[in-house]
Amino acid sequence: MSVIGQRAREVLVGHSPRRQGIGRRVVIGIPYLWLALFFLVPFLIVLKISFSNVQLSMPPVEPILVFAANQVIQLRIHLGNFSFIFDDSLYLAAFINSIKVAGVSTLLALLLGYPMAYGIARTRGAWRNILFLLVVLPFFTSFLLRVYAWIGLLGRSGPLNGFLMQIGVIHQPIQLLQTDFAVYIGMVYSYLPFMILPLYAAIEKQDLTLLEAAADLGCRPVRAFFSVTLPLTKEGIFAGCLLVFIPAVGEYVIPALLGGPDTLMIGRVVWDEFFANRDWPVASALSIILLALLSGLVLLLQRVQAAEKSAS
Amino acid sequence: MKQKRSWVVLAAMCFGFVFLYLPLLMMIIYSFNASRLVTVWDSAHSPTLAWYRELWMNEEILSSAKLSFKIAAMNAVGAVILGTLAAFSLERYTRFRGRTIFSLLTTAPMVLPEVITGLSLLLLFVALQQLFGWPSGRDATTITIAHITFSMAYVVVVVQSRLATVDRALEEAAMDLGARPWKVFFLITLPLIAPAIASGWVLSFILSWDDIVITSFVSGPGSTTLPQLVFSKVRLGVSPDINALATILVACVSVGVMLLGLGMVHRDRRKEREARAVLGLES
Repeated sequence: MSVIGQRAREVLVGHSPRRQGIGRRVVIGIPYLWLALFFLVPFLIVLKISFSNVQLSMPPVEPILVFAANQVIQLRIHLGNFSFIFDDSLYLAAFINSIKVAGVSTLLALLLGYPMAYGIARTRGAWRNILFLLVVLPFFTSFLLRVYAWIGLLGRSGPLNGFLMQIGVIHQPIQLLQTDFAVYIGMVYSYLPFMILPLYAAIEKQDLTLLEAAADLGCRPVRAFFSVTLPLTKEGIFAGCLLVFIPAVGEYVIPALLGGPDTLMIGRVVWDEFFANRDWPVASALSIILLALLSGLVLLLQRVQAAEKSAS
Repeated sequence: MKQKRSWVVLAAMCFGFVFLYLPLLMMIIYSFNASRLVTVWDSAHSPTLAWYRELWMNEEILSSAKLSFKIAAMNAVGAVILGTLAAFSLERYTRFRGRTIFSLLTTAPMVLPEVITGLSLLLLFVALQQLFGWPSGRDATTITIAHITFSMAYVVVVVQSRLATVDRALEEAAMDLGARPWKVFFLITLPLIAPAIASGWVLSFILSWDDIVITSFVSGPGSTTLPQLVFSKVRLGVSPDINALATILVACVSVGVMLLGLGMVHRDRRKEREARAVLGLES
């Protein structure tokens, strides 16, 4: 349909694809080439290096294609990096812990973000815009500095420990910084706006007459929320969770600044393999596995959403 | 319908906004604290502007801030140009070879973990250097290229959604009257999508200004950006001049967002007035 429409338009307007040819090729070509060179090719290099061996040189990897004697090109694919990763329980633990931390953070952000988005969407008048801007504003201030703010707050002599001691919950300062707790706080704090924005969009466009109808039919507000509003905003929940979970899985800065030495997360492991151990092949192999994991997740969610759409 | 908001919603909103703003507020307050210990309030000598003065005297911070600003501005220009071209291709050309891969390539940088983006770009730069001798080392140029690559994805999203709402009849009318495609773009389409391009510019500026992970992979010894410097300082523990820096940044952003909000309100009012005038509601 749209193809026919396009054709008809081209005929009617008089711009055949051939006449638009060069301009069109330039418009598509420039960003295409850029992304191919700086996004697709790097990716293939990561894939290539994940099959290489470490060697002491710059760059510290052995070539895969070797020009051996008598004009023979040797292909040396080395699966050792992957088997090394799967054998060492440290990497597996890092993957599992990343998923756990990201999952719990997403859930916490949803539990806090949903009622906030709901409250803002149901506010009337100018206040709604003000509250909305207040949610967006921290997103524009430096991410790094917002994480840093928590180092001061959570420290042993910091305000939070002081407050807890004053109200008598604890009697001496407790270790808050460099714990998983601190990482959860940092994650929820940093990614809360990502959760609220799609939720707000979903709740705001909901037809309020549906709730009126539910109320007229004798439905209590709480039940109306769970059987009308919540299912209608499912798409927003999906989008919000994805927007929080995906960056959280590969997060480096938050576990590095707020987590303890035993807070293993995969982003941090890749970073350390690369910068501290200078093991480029293992860092590449870890990246490939992480990427496969994330793509699998996104595909799965797309399939679930498509299945639900066709069901309804 | 009058709706009573439940206490759950109110409690979550109060807690949520305190949660979002308490850390920022604390940083601002402690930036005026005289004590070197960030968490202890020295009431005898506070408030003081000592940390702001120290910040102003710190050559290292000033030069890295300048570098970050330069990179962010160049990145924003590059990302807006490439992103607009990509958005235009995706929105207006419904069929071309490799379109599926192209649309995947434009959105993928947003969901890819930064560690992977950084690592892959560094490996590319190293390989290019080995093969062609360019780039000879890593500096502001490599950082800018890396930033453009990931921030143009955001420009594509913003501009493409705006392009979808542009009435194509306007473009077609111009073409019927004999305007060449590039003229149609610059005279009709570009002014209509200008707000989206402006927000794309701001967004990519901020993404670049803020980036630490990708930058760490693709920067060289001579090019330390502000986030890199802050990160290395913060890793050693809290330091009061960072509070002062954060306060300045928060102040700038707040003023910017407030101006934006005022502009939005102003525009809405003007539109309303115009609509009323058209309808003859006002004399």
